[in-house]
Amino acid sequence: MVEKFDAIVIGAGPSGNAATYTLAKQGLKVLQLERGEYPGAKNVQGGIMYSHELEKIIPDFREDCPTERHIIEQRVWLLGDDSYVGTNYRSEAFNTDKPNRYTIIRANIDKWWGEQIRKVGGLQICETTVTELIRDASGKVTGVRTDREGGEIHADVVIMADGVNALLAKRAGLQTEAAPENVALAVKEILFIDPELIQQRFGVKEDEGVVIEIMGKVTKGMVGTAFLYTNKESLTIGIGCLISDFKNGDCPPYKMLEDLKKHPVIKPLIEGAEMKEYAAHMIPEGGYKAVPQLYGDGWMVVGDAAHFNNAAHREGSNLAMASGRMAAETVLELKAAGKAFSAANLATYKKKLDDSFIMKDLKKYRELPGIMHGNKQFFGAYPDEITAAAHNWFTVDSVDKKSKEKQIMKSFVKRRSVMGLVGDAIKLVRAVR
Amino acid sequence: MSIMVKVEEKLYQNRYIVDESRPHIQIKSEEACKSCDKQACTFCCPAACYSKNEAGSVTLVTDGCLECGTCRVVCQDKGNIAWDYPRGGYGISYKFG
Ligand SMILES: Cc1cc2nc3c(=O)[nH]c(=O)nc-3n(C[C@H](O)[C@H](O)[C@H](O)COP(=O)(O)OP(=O)(O)OC[C@H]3O[C@@H](n4cnc5c(N)ncnc54)[C@H](O)[C@@H]3O)c2cc1C
Ligand code: SF4
Repeated sequence: MVEKFDAIVIGAGPSGNAATYTLAKQGLKVLQLERGEYPGAKNVQGGIMYSHELEKIIPDFREDCPTERHIIEQRVWLLGDDSYVGTNYRSEAFNTDKPNRYTIIRANIDKWWGEQIRKVGGLQICETTVTELIRDASGKVTGVRTDREGGEIHADVVIMADGVNALLAKRAGLQTEAAPENVALAVKEILFIDPELIQQRFGVKEDEGVVIEIMGKVTKGMVGTAFLYTNKESLTIGIGCLISDFKNGDCPPYKMLEDLKKHPVIKPLIEGAEMKEYAAHMIPEGGYKAVPQLYGDGWMVVGDAAHFNNAAHREGSNLAMASGRMAAETVLELKAAGKAFSAANLATYKKKLDDSFIMKDLKKYRELPGIMHGNKQFFGAYPDEITAAAHNWFTVDSVDKKSKEKQIMKSFVKRRSVMGLVGDAIKLVRAVR
Repeated sequence: MSIMVKVEEKLYQNRYIVDESRPHIQIKSEEACKSCDKQACTFCCPAACYSKNEAGSVTLVTDGCLECGTCRVVCQDKGNIAWDYPRGGYGISYKFG
């Protein structure tokens, strides 16, 4: 029996869920295929979910969405060997009825999405790996082949939401393999702990959360960042660096994570917690220049598979949800107008992306990946210098403050010439301007 | 070696649905690994699936694989890894992710 759907969505991550839900809600016959045992079984997220994009798709999601804590404080820490210099932003204004950011446990959220999809009549089938795209003589994508018996399924349009590996597009020659400098590898653990301890150690009430973004010596001079997030009854800790750096170094990712957990300023925060899972996943970080072809005859690609990830702001799931929604809206518009899903007509998907924060933000930061990669001092010399400067500044030892300033400046300049410092400042400003 | 022990302890916490004797990743040529000076897969894989062997080549055991794709990206210049996902439903099954 050959079944035909209006649309097939491959993958049950945030991009595929957004696309499937949007299509099913408007009554289209949509099939979502997921290779995991259940939705979320293969997915990894550090754990911040931004509500704005989800709200556009499911306005009352807060009624039953299993979020963890809403974030009231954001810390950014630069780690030295045994210290940190950091900034905190905390505000009572984040304690609203409709918080903007939550920590989440990804598997819980993906299962919840599955229920929402079923409620609006979408069909989600798990434990099914799509092995390839089916194309007709003209090259138009007309369906997919799966690893199930007789697993050939047809549809008017196929939306690839299969994540950063994007095997399907690569196999079909629609994408090339990601360069090692365009993808990061992140490893993380979930550490269960008494919620009382979270409240005490982070100075929050029940439901309130803190996130700490971490840079510095722990990445051993590699381009990368770490994080520590508070969930309801657990902490999430992780670290990631560009794969090109892992490849040129000699430090295994799990060793880096162990060193982070042992760091004297991190250790007291996670002390006594029990590790319940260890995960690893890639993150597409090449930005604007790494975005592949996004649509063609009968197909579109969304989310991480389209390289939609804003590494500078650690945003991914919101770009995934937004692109999934836009792909679905493109399908709905064409369907309503009785138009074919040709490459020319699907170009409206790209137009929507260009007009949205997705492409605008990626474009704004397009030089950043290259700058970080070519300027390792941001991850090696600077954390050292800045923490040493802070140590000097806050040590009261009868040295006058003017001399202290001079000492600090001299040390910076010794590590990196004045021109180097100025150059770095200019590069950074240009990249984020 | 102490590093190896630790990653095994980590992987021990994970839930896997093993597809007996159907490894989803394969080294294409053991010989090609011998001529690879860095053998970066042996220290880049977050699950320590790859290890140097006595023959100067690399041994792959996919049991703890987290399906991240790193080894494929790392080895793309040599193209010596045949990388695929496990069959639907098998492999790592994150409880939390
Ligand atoms: C450690 C880490 C921390 C992160 N932290 C944050 C954060 O705090 N905030 C944030 O917004 N983003 C974060 N991200 C990024 C975010 O997780 C991703 O951007 C987002 O998950 C992308 O969604 P997606 O739907 O495109 O892909 P994915 O979530 O990767 O989903 C792809 C799905 O497709 C399925 N699939 C793949 N191939 C096939 C196939 N052939 N057949 C069937 N199914 C298939 C997979 O099993 C998976 O379920 C983080 C990522 C990592 C790795
Ligand atoms: S996919 Fe990731 S976890 Fe699996 S063998 Fe390759 S590098 Fe290791």
